[in-house]
Amino acid sequence: MTTVDVGAVGKAGIAVNYRTCRFTGLRIEANAETLIKVNAVAAVVFLALGGLMGLLVALTRWPAIQLLPAEWFYLVLTGHGANVLLFWIIFFEIAVLYFASAVLLGARLATPRIAWLAFGLMIAGALMANYAVLRGDSSVMFTSYPPMMASHWFYLALIIFAVGALLAVMVFFGTLVVAKEEKTYDGSVPLVTFGAITAGIIAVFTLASGAIILIPTWLWSIGVISQIDTLMYKVVWWGMGHSSQQINVSAHVAIWYAIGAMVLGAKPLSEKVSRTAFLTYILFLQLASAHHLLAEPGMSSSWRIVNTSYMMYLAVMGSMIHGLTVPGAIEAAQRRNGFDRGIFEWLTKAPWGNPAFSGMFMSLVLFGFVGGISGVVLGTEQLNVLMHNTLYVPGHFHGTVVAGTTLAFMAMTYLVVPLIFQRDIIWPGLARLQPFLFAIGAGGISLFMMGAGTLGVARRHWDISLTDAVHAFEYPPGAYMMMALNGIFAVLASIGGILFILIVVGSILRGPRLDGTNAKLTFPLHDASREAVSKYGSHATVKLPGTIVLVGIFFAAFVLYYFVNWKYLSDLWLFR
Amino acid sequence: MTDTKQGKDVQAAISERVPIMQRVLDNPFLLLFLGITVPAALYLIWGIMEVASVPIAE
Ligand code: HEM
Ligand SMILES: [Cu+2]
Repeated sequence: MTTVDVGAVGKAGIAVNYRTCRFTGLRIEANAETLIKVNAVAAVVFLALGGLMGLLVALTRWPAIQLLPAEWFYLVLTGHGANVLLFWIIFFEIAVLYFASAVLLGARLATPRIAWLAFGLMIAGALMANYAVLRGDSSVMFTSYPPMMASHWFYLALIIFAVGALLAVMVFFGTLVVAKEEKTYDGSVPLVTFGAITAGIIAVFTLASGAIILIPTWLWSIGVISQIDTLMYKVVWWGMGHSSQQINVSAHVAIWYAIGAMVLGAKPLSEKVSRTAFLTYILFLQLASAHHLLAEPGMSSSWRIVNTSYMMYLAVMGSMIHGLTVPGAIEAAQRRNGFDRGIFEWLTKAPWGNPAFSGMFMSLVLFGFVGGISGVVLGTEQLNVLMHNTLYVPGHFHGTVVAGTTLAFMAMTYLVVPLIFQRDIIWPGLARLQPFLFAIGAGGISLFMMGAGTLGVARRHWDISLTDAVHAFEYPPGAYMMMALNGIFAVLASIGGILFILIVVGSILRGPRLDGTNAKLTFPLHDASREAVSKYGSHATVKLPGTIVLVGIFFAAFVLYYFVNWKYLSDLWLFR
Repeated sequence: MTDTKQGKDVQAAISERVPIMQRVLDNPFLLLFLGITVPAALYLIWGIMEVASVPIAE
């Protein structure tokens, strides 16, 4: 039996019950637990739907297969973007916010009724958006730029979803207040919670920008407003579209720290440094929205440069700090765990057979090397013209949101299922393999789309042979090869994705129960997991040779790739 | 309790020891305020002003 140590009635009249997690010792309140469950399940369902659509898109862009007809391609591409980037990611993030507030602080969830309302609105919005897309008159793709007009259901659906998400974020902030008032922790919140606060703050800006632009656009679609200015739309829309990616970054960095803490007992090297890095996100990361408008004629250079260079580099510095301190904390913890020989024993003897750890570490590496480096290149005003609107762009962001965020969320799920659903992971052998399959697949599609983009292949294009085009155009044969490789790795990523869904759903429904007295976890946690993940405090150390080597390799790759692109630009753009 | 004089002194002593930067980082609502006003001013408002100042074609 799990222990129930408090049974009281909250202010809203909903019972407040706590249990103590037998594996971590964390105090978990029942409403928080249920709401984490429903949001996580919804996330996984939309990942399944959206992932399938991603496979269809990739198979259509594989020239030898070209699976779907053109109209379907744009429809499915729209559905893919919405289901994975909005619904999968945001449902999961709400679960993360509830976990990082209620569970890590040992508090009750504030206003569970509003949390349910939020969930209901988000589900209604997500279903309605799928309805609008599948009707066939809303194939406006993720950015939905006017004057292209979707069905009014589409905009209304997104507004309802956003209102729900905003309510959920408010429940998160409310829970922070409850925890502080009821003194469930002392001093400062733990770093993982701080990362979640960063995500929550960026979410408020994101959702507010979304409301500012989607409400008039909806009114335009029902004929109340006669016209939406395209450039105005783009500026405000990207305040949402880009900032929402920064919610993802903050959330998955918090998850990196959480998994390091729970699986290896890793404490931050320095609370101060890591928190300052999150602070640079809060202040500057959202400004990078301007990198989507680098080719817009109406915006001045000062606006573009201030937003994408000076300020944004401060936020990039924040990411580099996390890129140093996350592996650093893991190295330090592993050396304390007894793997202290040589430069890399801490890494080679890490629990690679635990999908939470392997997924987390590969997410860190791929996010940095693939998503991060390509992002800085694309976000540099001059270099941007090399691949603006080519497949390089989806290549870049599959490196961030798929190989980075999605893989990190998958890794976290391997902890959420045993700790929150209290079911053990079924098929441990396949579960060990799953993160590797998905990482290779996701890394592959990112790199090959970037490759195709470097050769000039346009994004969102059904037919790269341009058969009916008035002006014939031939892409180099290498571009066709890149698209085929992209298709192959898309199949790999999809196998990894399907495995994930089967393992998670199977474990939730049929996994061995973990609430019995002798229950043991297939993928064990560190003995000090609770202390590491839920208490403020650093473990400073300077002996981090492995991390220094890794970071050195990263910088070398970064500098090389950055300057190769400048060289490439100087060949194309001759100043004579 | 904290509303006695002695309680206040104890609280003041505790809060004096906490460095100012940590107090900022411990205040989620101050951070929320900063995280909205900075991008609202530099990105949104400045951006919208630029779009609004593009001359209309005749
Ligand atoms: C099995 C996994 C996946 C595969 C094979 C895949 C493949 C693709 C492909 C081929 C495109 C089209 C590029 C183009 O023609 O412009 C695309 C677009 C996109 N993908 Fe994925 N993807 C996958 C997973 C994901 C995930 C997990 C996310 C988000 C978390 C995501 C977000 C997006 C977005 C936002 C777009 C752009 C849609 C648009 O241009 O409107 N994808 N994906
Ligand atoms: Cu962006």
